[in-house]
Amino acid sequence: MAKTIFEKHSPGRKGYTLPANDVDISLSKCIPDKFQRKEEVKLPDVSELDVMRHFLELSHMNHCIEKGFYPLGSCTMKYNPKINETLVRDDGFMNLHPFQEEDTVQGALEILFELQKDLAEISGFANVTLQPVAGAHGEFTGLKIIRAYHKFKGNTHKKKIIFPDSAHGTNPASVILTGYEVVEIKSNDKGLVDIDDLKAHIDDETAGFMLTNPNTLGLFESQVEEIAEIIHSVDGLMYMDGANFNAIMGIVKPGENGFDIMHFNLHKTFATPHGGGGPGGGPIGVREDLLKFLPVPMIDKKDGKFFLDYSHKETSIGKVQSFFGNFAVNIKAYIYLKMLGPKGLRRVAENAVINANYIQKKLENHYYIPYKDIYCMHEFIASGKWQKDKYRIKTLDIAKRILDKGFHAPTIYFPLIVPEAMMIEPTETESKETLDEFINAMIEIAKECEETPELLKNAPLNTPVKRVDDTLAVRQLNVKFEW
Amino acid sequence: MPFISNTDKERKEMLKEIGVEKFEDLLNSIPKKFLLKEPCNLEEPYSELEITRKISNLAAKNISTEKANSFLGGGIYDHFIPAAVDHIILRPEFHSAYTPYQAEVSQGTLQYIYEYQTMICELTGMEISNAGMYDGASAAAEAILMASRKTKNFKAVIAETINPLYLEVIKSYIEGVGIELVTIPKKKGLVDLDILKQKVDDETACVLLQTPNFFGNIEDAFAVEEITHTSKKTLFIVAVDPISLAVLNSPSEYNADIVVGEGQALGNAQNYGGPLFGFLACQLDLARTLPGRIVGATLDADGKRAYCLTLQVREQHIRRAKATSNICSNESLCNLAALAYMTLMGKDGLKEVAIQSTTKAHYLADEISKINGFSIAFDTPFFKEFVIKTPISAKEIIMKLKDKNIFPGIDLKQFGYENMLLIAVTEKKRKCDLDELLNSLKIFSR
Repeated sequence: MAKTIFEKHSPGRKGYTLPANDVDISLSKCIPDKFQRKEEVKLPDVSELDVMRHFLELSHMNHCIEKGFYPLGSCTMKYNPKINETLVRDDGFMNLHPFQEEDTVQGALEILFELQKDLAEISGFANVTLQPVAGAHGEFTGLKIIRAYHKFKGNTHKKKIIFPDSAHGTNPASVILTGYEVVEIKSNDKGLVDIDDLKAHIDDETAGFMLTNPNTLGLFESQVEEIAEIIHSVDGLMYMDGANFNAIMGIVKPGENGFDIMHFNLHKTFATPHGGGGPGGGPIGVREDLLKFLPVPMIDKKDGKFFLDYSHKETSIGKVQSFFGNFAVNIKAYIYLKMLGPKGLRRVAENAVINANYIQKKLENHYYIPYKDIYCMHEFIASGKWQKDKYRIKTLDIAKRILDKGFHAPTIYFPLIVPEAMMIEPTETESKETLDEFINAMIEIAKECEETPELLKNAPLNTPVKRVDDTLAVRQLNVKFEW
Repeated sequence: MPFISNTDKERKEMLKEIGVEKFEDLLNSIPKKFLLKEPCNLEEPYSELEITRKISNLAAKNISTEKANSFLGGGIYDHFIPAAVDHIILRPEFHSAYTPYQAEVSQGTLQYIYEYQTMICELTGMEISNAGMYDGASAAAEAILMASRKTKNFKAVIAETINPLYLEVIKSYIEGVGIELVTIPKKKGLVDLDILKQKVDDETACVLLQTPNFFGNIEDAFAVEEITHTSKKTLFIVAVDPISLAVLNSPSEYNADIVVGEGQALGNAQNYGGPLFGFLACQLDLARTLPGRIVGATLDADGKRAYCLTLQVREQHIRRAKATSNICSNESLCNLAALAYMTLMGKDGLKEVAIQSTTKAHYLADEISKINGFSIAFDTPFFKEFVIKTPISAKEIIMKLKDKNIFPGIDLKQFGYENMLLIAVTEKKRKCDLDELLNSLKIFSR
């Protein structure tokens, strides 16, 4: 294991240079003693080379897209073009302060304005706010808009948000954060929303419905129009979790097919790298009559000049982030869309769907595939059920063995409605030979379950560390280094 | 086609293996009438060279704070960033890695978060830090939610001297869950302690104070703490500028329960206000109410030190509706930049940054107060930011100086304060930059 940076401390070493202070005032003249820190901050003294070696050493213990494949369902771990990183680092973007006057940031506002428009166009909504900085943040914003809508209409009796049991965990968590009650309904045996169960749970208190489409099983919710009709009949609103938008770009516009609000995940669909957890972007699109509830400001254009539009402040839900969202992430999405163009956009979705179906087809004799009557979209669910029943190998063991083969593991044990679930999403950027390598590895593992089960139970064996004890981590709770 | 590896030939082979003739056959689950007949109305694709030209032209329409002499702050600051920081965060192993759920292939990410947590704890004097929030504002909002969960109280008392943008985001966050907001007005640029005393009671979940506050003034956190903790359950939340902590009291000195703040100043560019990151740290007894990810040290199967995400039962992917927050994606790479920054600067560098920022700010304030018609708005200690009263509207000054590429500060009129300018100074300002602002303000002297 790598030493921590604190163990590399050598008193007196420096990793920075700064010019001498050319103002002759002492700190004690500025800050009364009472407010001065009593004990110095303890940070390691290290040189720049120490620092670079340290972080390089850490980096070598990570998987990443440039190293290998991530068949990670619902996460859309596609390759992210390098030109994005070069261009966002322009001084004219990086070194802009959010309180600058509008006419000193016209280029920045133009990008944001155009991106609002392009995202609205491809999703079929009236306009898009770029303020939410993550998918869950978008959900929160969308649900706040649902609240604002009902308040505006005097719908004081609205209390509940409905979602299917295949929903992402963020959906119910966002519902609670906005003060609504959660109502979870069942999926049917085809993996789609159970309309009868929906009807049984709908009433005057229904404020809205959250649906991921394609859903987390990788299936297109084909009854979405009927669902929308049911929800709209009690004046509820339809929210689409757009985590899986990569599957349908250029093929379907959710705003034209029953949805009233939708979030995008820029770090999934629009080529912002995941960054070990973020930063991302979670813009949301809304239908025309909901525009007045969007967070302030929107970016607008008048007489050839771009400006921050606060004109709907009175009806707006307010702010969900201090400024204009993750600007640097928004630029990357803009560049990506401009480089794809209309045909490229559709091509992304097509190849994502083809890649997923290809793997599913090749694995169907080796792993239990619970929903294979219809073609999957960009991802599919395989299950380790056969391996568990026959050889008592858990899906967790299979996932860890996949790491040994040089791939990241799929999303496992989700969605919750499929036992021993493995959610596999290849994305469009992966080549056939990578998919074939992964398929072969999966088939090999299926064989190992039968022949050498102990290999799986001890996996991973070839990774920087062996299987990590997460119960010990909770029991001993060590969250900072003592030195 | 850009960024897609497979050729048309390979695509055909795959379709054949799947057992269909053409792509459209795979769409049989989508109602026919949903299918778009026309491509989306987007511009035709740009090549890399073309998009580079386009984007560079757009960037050139902006005036950056490198090209101008900027005194803008208000939560986002132009501090120096060592070059090595960007080289570290651009490593693909960090940059394109997923959230570290698969610990065995994510030790790099996990260890840097653990080291980040350690440094945040060191700066704030707290016992546990999470792996970061969206920004300072959402961190403050989530801290209030934590306090409400812990105390089962639904009243949050907030000093009005807090950044008004934080207040707006906080309102968005707490409206739905029914927390009542009580704001305490200011007196001479600081929270009014007498009114605070009247408002804190046993029903109060928390008191939230920012120091240095929005106006740059250093609040008497010791006095606020005393008032807060007269109510047994009430938690003391403090929002701080991480750079200030190199010289100002550690929040543990005044017994803060939860510490939050905007982390951008630590090694992250201003980026027109995003991405930012919020830090959130607290004492251990509040650990289970924390939102977001936390990394813990543990052992692997060989008994060697390793790291993993811990206390995950708080999180949405496990607890769903019962989670402490809905946060999933955070701003991890910005936390890495902050860690790399703190590591490179060390305690001496961080202190030097804080000292230069504050002493230069004081020089500037002293000199501005000598210009006829200008004065310092509040007679109270401040850190690197201060408010001046202007003889004419602040907007007029801003617009006139813009032509000289000087951004003199933030017009406080938008927050309800006429003829006031909020001026921030960092270590990047040279004496000649300060003097340039001084000379240009003299034009407005009365």
